[in-house]
Amino acid sequence: MKGSSQTKQSDREITISLQNVTISYGNSEAVRNIYCDIPRGKVTALIGPSGCGKSTILRSLNRMNDLIQGCSLTGRVLFEGADIYDPKVDPVEVRRRIGMVFQQPNPFPKSIYENIAFGARINGYTGNLDELVETSLKKAAVWDECKDKLNESGCSLSGGQQQRLCIARTIAIQPDVILMDEPCSALDPISTLKIEETMHELKKNFTIIIVTHNMQQALRVSDMTAFYNAEKLETGSGGKVGYLVEFNKTDKIFNSPTQKATQDYISGKFG
Amino acid sequence: MTQTKTTSHITKSDLAYDPGLNRNIFNNILTFTTAIFSFVSVLPLILVLSYVLIKGGSQINLSLITQLPEPPGDDLVSAGGIGNAILGTFIVTTIASIIAIPMGVGGGIYLAEYSNGGWFSRFIRFGTNVLSGVPSIIAGVCVYGVIVSTKIIFGANFSGIAGGIALSILMLPTVIKTTDEGLKLVSDDLRKGALGVGASKFITISRITLPTAFTPIATGIVLAIARAAGETAPLIFTALFSFYWPSGSQALFNPIASLSVLIYNFALEPYEAQNQLAWAASFVLVMLILLTNLFSRWLRNFTSINKS
Repeated sequence: MKGSSQTKQSDREITISLQNVTISYGNSEAVRNIYCDIPRGKVTALIGPSGCGKSTILRSLNRMNDLIQGCSLTGRVLFEGADIYDPKVDPVEVRRRIGMVFQQPNPFPKSIYENIAFGARINGYTGNLDELVETSLKKAAVWDECKDKLNESGCSLSGGQQQRLCIARTIAIQPDVILMDEPCSALDPISTLKIEETMHELKKNFTIIIVTHNMQQALRVSDMTAFYNAEKLETGSGGKVGYLVEFNKTDKIFNSPTQKATQDYISGKFG
Repeated sequence: MTQTKTTSHITKSDLAYDPGLNRNIFNNILTFTTAIFSFVSVLPLILVLSYVLIKGGSQINLSLITQLPEPPGDDLVSAGGIGNAILGTFIVTTIASIIAIPMGVGGGIYLAEYSNGGWFSRFIRFGTNVLSGVPSIIAGVCVYGVIVSTKIIFGANFSGIAGGIALSILMLPTVIKTTDEGLKLVSDDLRKGALGVGASKFITISRITLPTAFTPIATGIVLAIARAAGETAPLIFTALFSFYWPSGSQALFNPIASLSVLIYNFALEPYEAQNQLAWAASFVLVMLILLTNLFSRWLRNFTSINKS
């Protein structure tokens, strides 16, 4: 009785659960046998060396991998208990619940206002658009910089502002989860800091999963950290396959990792 | 001591430009040659334009565009006007555009956005390239064989519809290619961004990628129209010619006049009046095509200014 209520408790805290997930490009596996439960309302960071499949994992969470030819997935990805790779599931619907921010800022070549309103409109938003645009931009901490030029092109903003516009655009569709694929790698340190501050605000309302190359950033923004590593394939073809080494609270990962590979990576011995 | 001497030696004379040097002579000769060739290559354009301008420009008056052409031999002084030919060219080109633009843009969207590089899309791309190299007279003969001689369209023989279909065959490859290439220029990041906020593929294409690629596509379409408007060979086999205004409900199903066929017919007549009319028609046709080309340039500049 006590046990079952505890399971229910933990079920409520988990938003996305990867169960024995293996993702392949064509015939070569990119990541193998991932088990991972991502908690709700927290920032989860995925770190690891290049080629360990962190971005592949991230893209699999809202079926962005569907766009890549020859990419296939086995295992189950459960979002709120539902398998998003079920044949009956509409990937468009999944992406409305699980939004994504990309490595390169990619505002639409429309006005700032339209950039935000676009997602809401196509999702059948019936409320006050002006209000939604304002709150979204405020939540993404870019309102002050563009409130006087909502009709100017989104491309006229600086790189960091563009990225925060893209975050605002994602917030506007009111998703449950926001995926961020190295959102600061194309930005300068000041813009990076602003986006990190934004993330601290956002985690009050959203679950955030972020892929980052920058370990300091993972330490600064995340509550949970998953460390991925890559190992050479047994076939000896020189290909690599990624796997999850360790998944724990961020301070545990950085202060007292249980695996030697994690220890080596965070202390800068490789990667 | 030697060191300083060498240095001063270099700066004083060796660095100076010596026109007598072999490589400099060679360079000058080649520069001159290429300049000559490039001038020669625009010479035809200048000659054609100025000749048409002189011969045809002097004939321009209001009655030219309001009157009908007169059959050869009726009136030795005047051959009438080219009003129905101007109208006919517009009608036939419009029919061609109505067919070719949706088909071409649709095909281009399929190639760029939906196809996965398999044999089918490779075949279509190859076919498009072949089609753009097919001589226009073949398109005319083909439409003649399939549509005109069989009277398959409501029993119509030579007709404006048949002419429009023949021209659309010539427009199609250009429209497909420019749409395909215009869409491929759109950054993949934009598509991902749209899908990432929950847009369906249709919404992504219709609201994001197509508007972004509007300029190259529109430019390609305008150039295709300009090319089609000047074609003669396909129209001889399909639209034929008419000395009357297109009128009535059957207008599109009867032979229809066009500028290019009028030029072809009248330039070969032994009567001076008809020859003069052919020159006037040449002038009008060249001006129309020139204006269309200028419009496509303006379209490109206009939108690029708006973007930046």
